[in-house]
Amino acid sequence: MSFKSLKEIVDSVREQKKPFWRIIMEDDMSERMVSEEESFGAMKRMYDTMRMADQSYDEKLKSASGLVGGDGWQMREAVAAGKTMSGAFIGEVMVKALKMGESNACMKRIVAAPTAGSCGVMPAVFLTYQEQYGVKDEKMIEAMFVAAGIGTVIAERAFIAGATGGCQAEIGSASAMAAGGLAYLQGGTEQEIVHAAAMALKSLLGLVCDPVAGLVEVPCVKRNVIGAVNAITSADMAIAGIVSRIPPDEVIDAMRAVGIALPSSLKETGEGGLAATPSGEEFTRRMMEEQ
Amino acid sequence: MNLFDIVGPVMVGPSSSHTAGAVRIGYIAKLLLNENVKKAEIYLHGSFRATGKGHGTDRALIAGLLGMHPEDERIPDSFQVAKEQGMQFSFEGIELRDAHPNSVLMKLTGVNGRELEIEAASIGGGRIRISKLDGLEANFCGDYPTLIVHNLDQPGHVAEVTSMLAHKSVNIATMQLYRDRRGGDAVMIIECDKEVPPESVEWLEKLEGVRKVTYLSLIEKQ
Repeated sequence: MSFKSLKEIVDSVREQKKPFWRIIMEDDMSERMVSEEESFGAMKRMYDTMRMADQSYDEKLKSASGLVGGDGWQMREAVAAGKTMSGAFIGEVMVKALKMGESNACMKRIVAAPTAGSCGVMPAVFLTYQEQYGVKDEKMIEAMFVAAGIGTVIAERAFIAGATGGCQAEIGSASAMAAGGLAYLQGGTEQEIVHAAAMALKSLLGLVCDPVAGLVEVPCVKRNVIGAVNAITSADMAIAGIVSRIPPDEVIDAMRAVGIALPSSLKETGEGGLAATPSGEEFTRRMMEEQ
Repeated sequence: MNLFDIVGPVMVGPSSSHTAGAVRIGYIAKLLLNENVKKAEIYLHGSFRATGKGHGTDRALIAGLLGMHPEDERIPDSFQVAKEQGMQFSFEGIELRDAHPNSVLMKLTGVNGRELEIEAASIGGGRIRISKLDGLEANFCGDYPTLIVHNLDQPGHVAEVTSMLAHKSVNIATMQLYRDRRGGDAVMIIECDKEVPPESVEWLEKLEGVRKVTYLSLIEKQ
């Protein structure tokens, strides 16, 4: 993508008087030398695949390690029974985030968005939003372009992989992308879109990547829930007119600086954080013995 | 980095580097072998070795060797598919020198007896890098049609290959030259902007001083 900052996108939206998503799509068209149909169609395929992945969730599946499986189903039961405090919308977002994270761990087909470990955040908020608000597919795909544009700037300025920047780079980026997309769906201005993204990212600043036994399972699946819920609250704040006091691009730069400063034990090496707890180490030992 | 590197790829989980990248390594290796794999000896290094089993890296590599793409839903069952197709395979751990943490060494034999030794790394987001071919250094990603010529280190071979490409109007995107010692084994790796005609690849194989030609075509074969 040719944009190196969110500010450049915001400026283009204003100068060209085109919607946020269209600025991103047209940049993709010129970058990959493809037609509008091809670019929009490619994004539609991503959204359709997310929906199929959600629908094909199998609550009986367990991951190879046995650490993951069935939580999405359990969450849904609790929501249906009225046991949850966070209401139907947030409840369904939680269900979907867990389901996608579990499907990923169980080797089902998913869309890396931006990574496989964080694949539950965007579908959880977007699919639930569409169900609750009844908007057309086209509008959802526009929101996907908004999210993808934000994610690409983050990848250009900082990183999106846990191994390079910790989990703030994975779940944090996914959450920022989803927040921007939600702000767009709620009729937010270009400024509100980027501030939603900034508030989502800064709320997860410093999040470490500490997979138990090095696997994309614990704590990754459940972090998709906080990423998704954080996206909603950040978009709501932006729509309320609340701004990030630190400009969005500077928040991304801060995420990069924090990622570099994180010790390698907290960057997907499975050597620190939850992986280094007695129980984490016990799981790791058991995994090794089974091999 | 384009939009669909960020939203995408569509893939079978759980890890873009340990699963999707591993499928792609297997897939590119099969294309380089240019025939179906009969036997694969696979050596896992670093993080591939440590967490490969939990991430399905082993099944992903075999899936790729069978010609599957990272989004193929048969990846979890690839061992079974391999068995049905009569492909033999084995896994061992290894400590490779100066290798990326997500690396694998594979010794492949094709159904028609062609052999290939390949060392490759999964470098993140499902992207890969081939770092060694038949024991000689290499550095390419498998995103372009790639011509790999092993020859004796003597004058004229680079000119022969590049003038052939010029004659066929194939533009060179990148070109690398390696050798083990002066006058010894040499390899040139040429990433091209379009496909090299099959007859030109065959012509290269017959040249004196050329030991082996490996060509990565991105045209899907059935």
